[in-house]
Amino acid sequence: MKRVCVDAVMLESRANELAARSIKGETKRAWIDLAISCIDLTTLEGRDSPGRVRSLCAKARTPLPGSDAPSVAAVCVYPNFVGIARRALDGSDVRVASVAAAFPAGQSELAVKLADTEQALNAGADEIDMVIDRGAFLSGDEHRVAAEIHAIKGRCGDRHLKVILETGELGSYTAIRRACDLALEAGADTIKSSTGKIGTNATFPTALAMCDSLAAFFRRAGVRRGLKLAGGIRNTKQALGYLAILNETLGESWLEPGSFRIGASALLDDLLLQRERIRTGHYTRPERIPKD
Amino acid sequence: MSSSAYAAAPESARPEIRNEYGLFIGGTWCAPQSGRYDVTIDPAREEPIARIAYGGSDDVARAVRSARKAYERWWAPMKPATRAKYLFRIGRAITERSREIAVLESIDGGKPIREARDFDVPTAAAHFFYYAGWADKLEWVLRAGRRPQPLGVCGAIVPWNFPLLMAAWKIAPALACGNTVVLKPAETTPMTALLLAEIARDADLPPGVLNVVTGDGATGAALVAHPGLDKVAFTGSTEVGREIARALAGRETRLTLELGGKAAHILFADAPLDQAIEGVVRGIYFNQGHVCCAGSRLLVEESIFDEIVARLQQRIDRLRLGDPLDKNTDIGAINSRSQLERIDELVRSGVDQGATLMQQRCDLPERGYFYRASFFTNVQSAHRIAREEIFGPVLAVMTFRTPEEAIEKANDTPYGLSAGVWTERGSTNMAVAQRLTAGVVWCNTFNRFDPASPFGGFRESGFGREGGVHGLSEYLA
Repeated sequence: MKRVCVDAVMLESRANELAARSIKGETKRAWIDLAISCIDLTTLEGRDSPGRVRSLCAKARTPLPGSDAPSVAAVCVYPNFVGIARRALDGSDVRVASVAAAFPAGQSELAVKLADTEQALNAGADEIDMVIDRGAFLSGDEHRVAAEIHAIKGRCGDRHLKVILETGELGSYTAIRRACDLALEAGADTIKSSTGKIGTNATFPTALAMCDSLAAFFRRAGVRRGLKLAGGIRNTKQALGYLAILNETLGESWLEPGSFRIGASALLDDLLLQRERIRTGHYTRPERIPKD
Repeated sequence: MSSSAYAAAPESARPEIRNEYGLFIGGTWCAPQSGRYDVTIDPAREEPIARIAYGGSDDVARAVRSARKAYERWWAPMKPATRAKYLFRIGRAITERSREIAVLESIDGGKPIREARDFDVPTAAAHFFYYAGWADKLEWVLRAGRRPQPLGVCGAIVPWNFPLLMAAWKIAPALACGNTVVLKPAETTPMTALLLAEIARDADLPPGVLNVVTGDGATGAALVAHPGLDKVAFTGSTEVGREIARALAGRETRLTLELGGKAAHILFADAPLDQAIEGVVRGIYFNQGHVCCAGSRLLVEESIFDEIVARLQQRIDRLRLGDPLDKNTDIGAINSRSQLERIDELVRSGVDQGATLMQQRCDLPERGYFYRASFFTNVQSAHRIAREEIFGPVLAVMTFRTPEEAIEKANDTPYGLSAGVWTERGSTNMAVAQRLTAGVVWCNTFNRFDPASPFGGFRESGFGREGGVHGLSEYLA
């Protein structure tokens, strides 16, 4: 596969220009609901408990009781909470996603990675968010990275596989682009920017580089694959910026939960706040939005 | 893969516009001795904006006299650090009133508010700040041992594509060096020059240091013909530039000309293509292609030609053409009916001569002067569209096989203002850039400007440099 180089200056300038689009009126209203329906509502903390996961699931189904706000796309948890989330979400359209493959660092043997993937699948996960082996990628062992993705996709079968590239650790946009291309060729259904566990998460230029990779894959293979951005996306303005980047590179057809996700927790509250503001014409008290 | 239209996002600020504007001479607004007023119109709505005084030769003479008086009495003898304060003050006022100025620029010229807001206005302010810093350091501009002296009265004649910015390019260095200025804005875009006059007055700039005489080509010719000028700085068409050079032949008036261009991008197959396509799009469709340094020719390495053409078509379909005051508009209105007719005529010649026309697929607004983003393939170097400056959103795409051929084709033009090289290899970049006959060569980017960077052309693109330390020496004896 051809190596594609990325020019940082032009990439950043274009990404920031797109993210500054002025999203107003009907588009803003529609995109706030769209963003809500694309959220993977996430909790990945050492202190996670069954109670917290159940509470998150309740919020995922009905983000704001008494309103017509849509439900989110999925709940994303560690493998040991998949069963609890599965039961809590029964009867809803909200999917269960689980991180896997020695999340977040990916520092383990393939056998261990396959085992924790299988645990999540057996407990009823609809989607797997695996991490790539950044150590192998940065040392040039692209074969090993691709082989792991391929093996885990093999276990997933037709269940959705998201491949986390941890772009903040890859060092350059050219490397990010390479990792995207590699993951897509190896069978990723979705490429995902970050674990949310390191300092540098999704950024506008990173998102644009990932969109460019997805567009190239679409031109090459005729298949639409997904994008998930995660980490540090906390407010509506950021979310709308990312939607504008997708809209103007991949096109409107990409703007749905099947091909776009945002991994977040705090973002949902801000989207609901802005949604209420548009509906009522004034800001509501943040306390009126239920915490999970 | 279509993209949805965004809901309208109109800029809501409305600048205060008077019904009628006089000439700004000697620090006051005065009625033209010609008695004539012309109407400037909004090209996106085809509606009048205001009545603008027409400066005749008597008015020009009055403005030059006032500039001479200000030069001798106040401006040249002033302490350089004090001159700097005025320039800082003007720069700051432009920044403070940036929203109002951007809207005015967009209404009068047709350019997208996004570009006026993010490029024209901040870059104009940046020029005043930059040259303010130079005012008391002029002995570093010239060769050691030479004392920097101002020239006297400068005539600045600016075009309609970047009305405020081109004025700033000339006024800021001229004033920093101790000269006074008579500014003649373009016939179709006088509004921001008049606002700049108001800013200068509010900044307490001594009367006569900056004079604005509005009018048409004849007003400009009268200014050039006036024997009291020490320098003429002109930006505009090569045709008018020639007339000015002819008029000044045999006189001691100094001259700088920044004229047309027919810049080439050279796109190598190893370039970062996603960014290169954005750069090419930005290079030609920025400001509807009304840019003297626009990248209006694209030379593509043959092996990637099909891919580039397919992606360019897809990309231009996504450009948003429409109301210049909508904050999401990418392509605004063509500046005037006559320019629209000129673009149309040249595009027709391209089709007639056998080139293949590709155009943005979109609806045009019912009113106003608009032209779809366009490009040609099957272009021969001898076609008019490959040689003449179109000054519109029209790109000519050609191919090359070797770097040698690319350089030859890029230089095959009477102009020499700018060029672009796109390749991931630094060695190719340097080797090719060195051999391009162009005042500016952008590598892996295009249309980037900075007050510290000199700008100007070779051959029929003019002579003299604006910007940077080079720009100062054009205003010093």
